[in-house]
Amino acid sequence: MKIGVIVFPGSNCDRDMYHVLTDVFKLDAEYFWHDKGLPKNIDAVILPGGFSYGDRLRSGAIAAHSPIIKDVKKMAEKGIPILGVCNGFQILVEAGLLPGALLKNTSLNFMCKWTSLIVENNKTPFTNKLKLHQKIPIPIANGEGRYYVDDETLKKLKKNNQIVFRYSEVVNGSSDRIAGVCNEDGNVVGMMPHPERAAESEINPIDNKPSSLIFESLLNTIGVKN
Amino acid sequence: MATFNVHVTIENKPGISDPEGETILNDLVLKGTHSAISKIKTAKMLKFTIKEKDKKSAQTRVKEICDELRIYNPMVSKVTIDVFDS
Repeated sequence: MKIGVIVFPGSNCDRDMYHVLTDVFKLDAEYFWHDKGLPKNIDAVILPGGFSYGDRLRSGAIAAHSPIIKDVKKMAEKGIPILGVCNGFQILVEAGLLPGALLKNTSLNFMCKWTSLIVENNKTPFTNKLKLHQKIPIPIANGEGRYYVDDETLKKLKKNNQIVFRYSEVVNGSSDRIAGVCNEDGNVVGMMPHPERAAESEINPIDNKPSSLIFESLLNTIGVKN
Repeated sequence: MATFNVHVTIENKPGISDPEGETILNDLVLKGTHSAISKIKTAKMLKFTIKEKDKKSAQTRVKEICDELRIYNPMVSKVTIDVFDS
């Protein structure tokens, strides 16, 4: 069982993610630089947060054309679990794997704070150990985190149960307070908040258990006993 | 073949909030004596320099590039393409 953590020029949450996967959850993880392909024996892929290509053009727009994204798309089609966090979410959106757009926060500020999520879909590979409507204390850290979809797409997301997380409060002006979505098949999930910064009691002042369940859901999905 | 300057303006579609434009309007322009201004929208402009046979081809080619490489996110943005002689 191996989890690929993709590293783009400008990723800066890749080591945090790798640490949580390997040190906390004892998973076999490996970094993959963006300009190469992914091996076939990968069981899950994570696109970490950061500022790929310095957010030039707009967040995620350039990394979405990195060579490795072709393999990520192939794996998405095969149903392999794929998680994009923060900039990873922005890249999945720009690559067309998830719908929508991520705009500048309404406040125009880079927002770095604790908030909380409400679980809206607990059927995905990253949420199956969570309870529906469970509250997750979690930090956000982004400037372009305002998720936007048009009304027609919002209806489709609701109909297909593609809204995975909502903020429990109005945070940044996101459509319908959406913080995370999945594709129609449910195996590709993107979220703006950072579960890797909340899964250990040492760095979570509120409650690390709900965030750690995101990783335990992945363990559950790929059949690893922790 | 001639050289053309092609200006690609990327802006939010109508109805999508532009908090930066609103701040410039409300907290700068309208704080002065410029009450004739009713709206300001921010946009990003990319200036392409391209060799093509005529203006029309230059515009078509740049539009194709913008669509192919997703220079703008069609969910939220629209582009306007203007061509000028170099």
